Amino acid sequence: MAISLTESAAKHVAAQLKRRGKGMGLRVGVRTSGCSGLAYKLEFVDEKKPEDVAYDLHGVTIVVDPKSLPYLDGTVLDFTREGLNEGFRFRNPNVKDQCGCGESFNV
Amino acid sequence: MTLMQIAEPDEAPAARLRRRAVGIDLGTTNSLVATVRDDGIAYVIPDDEGRPLVPSIVHYGEGATLVGYDAAPRQSPDPQNTIVSVKRMMGRGLADLTDDRRFPYRFVDGPGMVRLATRAGTKSPVEVSADILRALRERAERRLGGPIDAAVVTVPAYFDDAQRQATKDAAKLAGLPVLRLLNEPTAAAVAYGLDHGIEGTYAVFDLGGGTFDISILKLTRGVFEVLATNGDSALGGDDFDHRVFCWILEAARVPPPSPEDARLLLLRSREAKEMLTGHDAAPIVATLSTGQRIDLSLTAANFSTITRTLVEKTLAPVRRALRDAGLRPDALQGVVLVGGATRMREIRRAVAEFFGQPPLTNLNPDEVVALGAANQANALAGNRERGEDWLLLDVIPLSLGLETMGGLAEKIVPRNSTIPVTRAQEFTTWRDGQTAMAVHVVQGERERVADCRSLARFELRGIPPMAAGAARIRVTFQVDADGLLSVSAREQTTGVEASVTVKPSYGLGDDEIARMLQESFDHAADDMAARSLAESRVEAEAVVNATESALAVDGDLLSADERGAIDDAVAAARHACGREDTAAVRLAVESLNRATAAFAARRMDRGVARALAGRTVDSLA
Ligand SMILES: Nc1ncnc2c1ncn2[C@@H]1O[C@H](COP(=O)(O)OP(=O)(O)OP(=O)(O)O)[C@@H](O)[C@H]1O
Ligand SMILES: [Mg+2]
Repeated sequence: MAISLTESAAKHVAAQLKRRGKGMGLRVGVRTSGCSGLAYKLEFVDEKKPEDVAYDLHGVTIVVDPKSLPYLDGTVLDFTREGLNEGFRFRNPNVKDQCGCGESFNV
Repeated sequence: MTLMQIAEPDEAPAARLRRRAVGIDLGTTNSLVATVRDDGIAYVIPDDEGRPLVPSIVHYGEGATLVGYDAAPRQSPDPQNTIVSVKRMMGRGLADLTDDRRFPYRFVDGPGMVRLATRAGTKSPVEVSADILRALRERAERRLGGPIDAAVVTVPAYFDDAQRQATKDAAKLAGLPVLRLLNEPTAAAVAYGLDHGIEGTYAVFDLGGGTFDISILKLTRGVFEVLATNGDSALGGDDFDHRVFCWILEAARVPPPSPEDARLLLLRSREAKEMLTGHDAAPIVATLSTGQRIDLSLTAANFSTITRTLVEKTLAPVRRALRDAGLRPDALQGVVLVGGATRMREIRRAVAEFFGQPPLTNLNPDEVVALGAANQANALAGNRERGEDWLLLDVIPLSLGLETMGGLAEKIVPRNSTIPVTRAQEFTTWRDGQTAMAVHVVQGERERVADCRSLARFELRGIPPMAAGAARIRVTFQVDADGLLSVSAREQTTGVEASVTVKPSYGLGDDEIARMLQESFDHAADDMAARSLAESRVEAEAVVNATESALAVDGDLLSADERGAIDDAVAAARHACGREDTAAVRLAVESLNRATAAFAARRMDRGVARALAGRTVDSLA
């Protein structure tokens, strides 16, 4: 089980945490939603929960709840720019289908 | 996938208002409504007299409609206006009710679903179910002090589209906001998994009043995944009652009874059966309308003998489910018993023996389904604390696919896929200039469409004329969280589109699904052979078609002899297609290919010459 973070993503997470002024890291996870069933979750973490799994990647703490782990194994979180937009993108080898709504996926 | 930004963690949950969420087990015999307390514990809401169950009985009386225990005493005197086991009729046509001899009702065959003539008018099974659901809703609203915000209603895992849709319709009619339908065994696993925090692979063995479901579930870190489901909708406690009923008729030499007397004796049969769970013998005493007095004693040993085949019947779906999950009976960490009929010693014994371990029974088998549904409703309504949210994956019971050339079924969504799910596949046109494509959606495991169940047909029109094989038609299957299917087809270059939502073609039942599954196992070898034959025929037809269009255009390239040889080979291929011999078809296609090899080479030369004509050497460089 492993999740990784590109250097560019790590830089942006660190910068955003600094700007926010509090928080210990970044939470990634999945929740049920959208038309294909699952959607990603990306949140600041103020407090880690006991069952959470934490990784230290490029100096950034990534926190994952254990239920999301099987869906995220091997996932790489990247930061990219597309035209005028920039943001985070999940590269998940487990994904079989993505849906029309652009939000959810299926493993 | 869209680019994402980091969000703030959810606000403190304390500020959020709790929604009134209920889980409902709409059973063949008994129904229940449950909810989750503020402290997170689920419980079944009892009536004013403390009874948790609502017998699934509706009586249409003079002016008033009675439900549950109030309706129960009306069964014997007024069977035609007192509806029991309505769940067996949900989404079914009259023709599907093969066991209707056991129903004392006046059936009216309506469009789609059977209807019942009652004193209160003609009622559909949806309306009768809605009356039960309404009683449950009112009970819950009295307890929770206001209208219900969210409900989850359970259905047997094997319910098809028609039956699920009928259940949804009933809930709507009863004024319940249904967030989703949940498979009964999955709900039971939710109740067990959450309350006990266990991990591993489990079987849920649910024998209720009218249906039997077996599910193989995997629990990992709080994630529920259904590995396989199977079952039989025409198997339950009712059948055990019926065996006892037949035994009474024989033992007391009762001539064919009136509907009233039959009801009475079935009631006595059930009482005897339930009593035998804790006793070694049960008295059966009744006075019939004919004046005949019945006074018998059924021993536990006798009961075991007359119901042995029913107990054995539960094990066949269990074996199939295990095979689907790729597991041996001893590979399971536990077996959960659900449904009142699993209280029978015979069942517990058989289950323990089959799995080589005693089954888990710590939760009340009548209540687990409702409790799990309540947990799910509570989570969907957003009442859970953050971090408590969990995922629940369900599966579809039969593969979904469409008809391809040669009458073959191409599976798009394999059975046991977790839902919701979206799957797409590309198809192409078959003939030159083809402008329409028929999409025939089928359900089942067999290779030939004729052996599968037809769900829907629609046509995609307006495909621009192109050479065969040039069009790209993307067919997308989407199954939502309730197991309902929609299919769309889109020609990729022009964007023309057509779609269908599979509206319940009311009629197919669990037993039919079970039969279809069984047949697919029994006929696996035949089906493979049929598939090869159909595929070789399709191939032969394609080669014949191509040869004929080539002959029409470039026939002048051939001498009379050569032409004759090709014509013979075409005729031979056609003839081979008319027979049931895959090898012969393949052989004929090979000879046709050989017979046309030289012709094809000459056509190629001519084509190149035509293409080159009028061009300078420069432009080729
Ligand atoms: N003590 C008992 N011994 C034997 N059978 C019992 C006992 N208690 C209840 N049953 C049987 O359990 C059956 C009802 O079970 P349950 O209430 O779980 O069914 P249901 O959920 O309404 O049906 P279904 O799941 O098929 O829709 C009836 O056949 C009833 O006779
Ligand atoms: Mg049940």
